[in-house]
Amino acid sequence: MLLQIKNLHVSINGREILKGVNLEVNKGEVHAIMGPNGTGKSTLAAVIAGKEGYEITQGEILYNGKDIQEMAAEVRAQEGIFLGFQYPVEIPGVSMTNFMRTAINEIRKYHGEEPMSAKEFLARMAEKKDLVEITSKLTNRSVNEGFSGGEKKKNEIFQMAMLEPQLAILDETDSGLDIDALRIVANGVNKLKTNENATVVITHYQRLLDYIVPDFVHVLFEGKVVLSGGKELALELEEKGYDWIKNNTER
Amino acid sequence: MSTEMNSIPALKSIPKWYKTILAKEGRAFAGLQNLRSVALDDFNRLGFPHKKLEKWRNTDPKTALSFDYSMATDDLRMPEILNEVFECEVHELDSFIINLYKGRFVYKDNPIYTLENGVIVGSLSAAFEVYPDLVNKHFGKYAITEKNAFQALNTALFLDGLFVYVPKNVAFSKPLQLINAVGTTEDVFVQNRNLIILEPGSELTLIQCDDSYNYKRSLTNSVTEIVLGANASLDHYRLQNINNNSTLISSLAIEQECDSRLSSNSIILNGGLIRNETYTKLNGTGAHADVLGVYLADKNQHIDNQVFIDHAMPNCTSNEQFKGILDDYARAVFNGHILVRKDAQKTEAFQNNANIILTDKAMINSKPFLEIYADDVKCSHGATVGQLDDSALFYIRQRGISEDNARMLLMYAFAAEVTSEIRIDSLRDRIEDMVKKRLRGELSICDQCVLQCSSPEKYNFEIDMSKI
Repeated sequence: MLLQIKNLHVSINGREILKGVNLEVNKGEVHAIMGPNGTGKSTLAAVIAGKEGYEITQGEILYNGKDIQEMAAEVRAQEGIFLGFQYPVEIPGVSMTNFMRTAINEIRKYHGEEPMSAKEFLARMAEKKDLVEITSKLTNRSVNEGFSGGEKKKNEIFQMAMLEPQLAILDETDSGLDIDALRIVANGVNKLKTNENATVVITHYQRLLDYIVPDFVHVLFEGKVVLSGGKELALELEEKGYDWIKNNTER
Repeated sequence: MSTEMNSIPALKSIPKWYKTILAKEGRAFAGLQNLRSVALDDFNRLGFPHKKLEKWRNTDPKTALSFDYSMATDDLRMPEILNEVFECEVHELDSFIINLYKGRFVYKDNPIYTLENGVIVGSLSAAFEVYPDLVNKHFGKYAITEKNAFQALNTALFLDGLFVYVPKNVAFSKPLQLINAVGTTEDVFVQNRNLIILEPGSELTLIQCDDSYNYKRSLTNSVTEIVLGANASLDHYRLQNINNNSTLISSLAIEQECDSRLSSNSIILNGGLIRNETYTKLNGTGAHADVLGVYLADKNQHIDNQVFIDHAMPNCTSNEQFKGILDDYARAVFNGHILVRKDAQKTEAFQNNANIILTDKAMINSKPFLEIYADDVKCSHGATVGQLDDSALFYIRQRGISEDNARMLLMYAFAAEVTSEIRIDSLRDRIEDMVKKRLRGELSICDQCVLQCSSPEKYNFEIDMSKI
């Protein structure tokens, strides 16, 4: 099992956001986590990626069987966890090329490998740019600087392609995207799918799931996974709305 | 004068130095000697600056002035060590190198010579003799002796410096690189004076490097007067990398005629006390000034940038951007004063000072200041002080980059907003390398020159972040 979350309770500044989340993700699977705004979807993504400022009061996060609670964010990334940000950060003055090369080489160093040669790196860049339909123009610029919302999201998928993570968590990657950008992002994710990796797609709308077909759909509501099912659950949710969950939960 | 002022050893030496200089110059310098005498009176009236003066409130020169400096008034012989400086160059930067030693022009054969298209380069002292009309027309017209004690002292006591004359419509083909080295054996007080004349339509790139190549104490008081004729263009850089025992007061007094373009970029990498004063008067319509700077300071270093932009005529534009990173107990001062005079309608003037403070002991005193008497202008100013952005740090670490490297990367990126404005590619690469080395704590005072040409950093792409 790639990721196993057991009874996870998380607080920020004393306020409990996640109230006992359980989730299991195996290699080769695509999971969708849905739910209304403010139910803890982004918190769950941030906690898995190791963002500071969250207090885990109960439960466990196991990645490849290892408890990662004490692991620094960069070590989790080096172990193969990737987070696609809802709001990617702009870093003026650092080119995408340098950023990716540094990241790849630090990850390789962690695994005791030699730095990637310039030639190999450039070849990978070219290949992955095609895959996510990103133009050279974007990779020559500073990280996310002046990118449109759609360009930023495409750039997240490009980075995911470059880093080849084992577990990718995409936090609201569809938000703010037009249909074309959505298709490009989804295509990228689909092409990167193998039997050795897994993707967790966090989304508010069912729309993205027309393009990325999940094996499992989970509904997160008030800090808990209240419903899990196959891809048809997303459609049912779309049809009946989140009130349906709300009413079911209250009963 | 207070008793505190009387305890400054240099005050006792100044009359002696002044006499020596007058005796050396003789009759050929009658015009200059008159200026010197006025300047000395100005200095005697003003005294050395102290903390009670508004412009010196946050920069105390007391410690720097407490040493018994000597002044090299004897004839200049080129020290052996300068042979190495002569060889110093930025990789792939095809520049015309001028060496100043203790502020004085170093030459082998001629103290002043004419280059292609009538460009004159040489010793200012020689220029007074060879081109008196040219020099007297501009010398002392832009530096202010009646209000500025260090500029007054410089006019009274300078021995030499660089003279450059670029004739009308001539673009000097190579960057002119001025390397000023101080300090060999004793504590020295250097009074360096430069005069740069750009006739209408001319162009020049000037790189002013201040460097110390050992740990000897020094106090350099440098004044550079620059005049840009109509539609002239100057691309100017100050690269400052002096030891922690040294003090550098570097003043630029610039006058810009209509449609002239100035870009002045100060890169301050190291120094005990550095104070840069940049005054430019936009004295013709359509003139533009970019005044940029980046400063990196740690330990007990003190960096002070004073900028005064005088919008005297309509339709001029100016842009000021200073960025600093302060570590340990370092202290920085930024004082940006934009004056928009009554007639200077349609002025556009922008000013910003941004700082990253890495410890709670480091400090910045930032004072952006607009003084506007015209009513149809666009002006803005701002100052920010902050730490590194946590969300950016997390973003970088999430890609597998360690926290230390992520911090380095963000600091580098912060400084790069200024360094990326350097227009000469080879120089920009070199400076960006030096900024990286400085941030990593590897950049010590080079035993050759500020540009560290002996150890260029290897990189495969624009920069190699893996080494950060």
